[in-house]
Amino acid sequence: MAMAALRKEGRRFAPLVSSPNPINAIRSTLAPTEEQVGLGVRSISTQVVRNRMKSVRNIQKITKAMKMVAASKLRAIQVRAENSRGLWQPFTALLGDTPSVNVKKNVIVTISSDKGLCGGINSTSVKISRALHKINSGPDTQCKYVVLGEKGKAQLIRDSKKDIELIMTELQKNFLNYTQVSVLADDILKNVEFDALRIVFNKFQSVVSFLPTTATVLSPEIVERESEAGGKIGDLDSYEIEGGETKSEVLQNLAEFQFSCVMFNAVLENACSEQGARMSAMDSSSRNAGDMLDRLTLTYNRTRQASITTELIEIISGASALEG
Amino acid sequence: MFRQVAHRLLTRSTTNHSACAAATILRPYSTDVSTDASSGDSAFVEAWKKVAPNIDPPKTPIQFMEPRPPTPSTLPSKLTVNFVLPYAAELSKAEVDMVIVPATTGQMGILPGHVPTIAELKPGLLSVHEGNDVKKYFISSGFAFVHSNSYADILAVEAIPLDRIDPAQVQKGLSEFTQKLNSASTDLDKAEAQIGVDVHSALNSALTG
Repeated sequence: MAMAALRKEGRRFAPLVSSPNPINAIRSTLAPTEEQVGLGVRSISTQVVRNRMKSVRNIQKITKAMKMVAASKLRAIQVRAENSRGLWQPFTALLGDTPSVNVKKNVIVTISSDKGLCGGINSTSVKISRALHKINSGPDTQCKYVVLGEKGKAQLIRDSKKDIELIMTELQKNFLNYTQVSVLADDILKNVEFDALRIVFNKFQSVVSFLPTTATVLSPEIVERESEAGGKIGDLDSYEIEGGETKSEVLQNLAEFQFSCVMFNAVLENACSEQGARMSAMDSSSRNAGDMLDRLTLTYNRTRQASITTELIEIISGASALEG
Repeated sequence: MFRQVAHRLLTRSTTNHSACAAATILRPYSTDVSTDASSGDSAFVEAWKKVAPNIDPPKTPIQFMEPRPPTPSTLPSKLTVNFVLPYAAELSKAEVDMVIVPATTGQMGILPGHVPTIAELKPGLLSVHEGNDVKKYFISSGFAFVHSNSYADILAVEAIPLDRIDPAQVQKGLSEFTQKLNSASTDLDKAEAQIGVDVHSALNSALTG
């Protein structure tokens, strides 16, 4: 009778017999398996846990592979981004850096990635763009967006749809080079009226650190205005202008060249940051999957041991019932 | 046993971080990211804090650049040249005696102590003179800035050392574009053909001259 009682309670006491400690965890994982298997069937199925383990293992493999791919892409593009860093420095040396300039027509160029799974860099760029928009939109100033990249477009189109002038996606389909970026810059310059262009991107500092940055390019009229007002661009007048018919023509060419150079560097840096962020996101994801797999393995072993113990108890109680 | 364990730990850590290490090898490059300079434009930071106090303000390019030295009181003996292209920094803070750039108004020589200038460049020959050494490049257009502290920044879209140019191709290109110019109908076609002719004749004169 005691044996019969034990048999009935066998399902409940088996985990107690096998491992005294994490009772609650076992009960919660066992309960669904029993329901699935139904009444009358004694063996506890490890199938569910095994399926979960298989899927988690597959996900771990995929994220590890994505990390390796991102690492190799990063290596390739990092060299090019670093080589292009010398390109914008002469412009900043000549014209200074004026992010706090006060102009009527602001255009914010937000650079984001096309593909996802790259951490928080796109959200950061969009947050910075929105804050810049708030700073620069007032009663007599207007602020428009030019969005590069699918992820930025998806986020900005939700609440600033009417402010978006131009959207460009699939930049990285072809190898990024200066010609492509200068065509892009030409497009923007032709179609968008601006007094100041504010380019928002993530600058690549290291594999784990990306700094949101904003670079400002002023139109030639504003450059003239600021140089007359003094301040940072104050000594632009002391520069002799060689070439071109008039000073304004050369300044126009200068502004356009500056925009395409700064855009080129920005696009490369953002692509670098994207690969780096993807690397670390996939790395933490595979690590999480590894942890999950460890916990599931423990659960699986406990389930397996519990079912063995149940079988044993049944056999023993059956045998002892026969004997006595 | 401890030696073995230590060795295994060492190899394990290097293999784990090999991808990261490869990506961040410390190699000395001139275009390093140095978070130097001031904490940026204070007016901008103020305005930012009013609008978005919880988000850090973004960095601006001036924070990543080494500040340029001020104008010296005496004439410096050497010219410091930065010659940059989109895909490389050809010369970075190179101390030279003279550079000759092909400005749109003709060949312009830049010596230490040159007046500050912004020069637009046309396709032509750029030569860098250092002592008895002369390095010649053919550049497509660009800009040249000369600052009062004897720093010269030359930006070009493409630059090729002269010995890599094939004279036969140049001649072929020149005749091709001259033909296109003669048969061009629209303004755009004419302009494009004219550009081709200009570049090829500049190449020609650079190779011969």
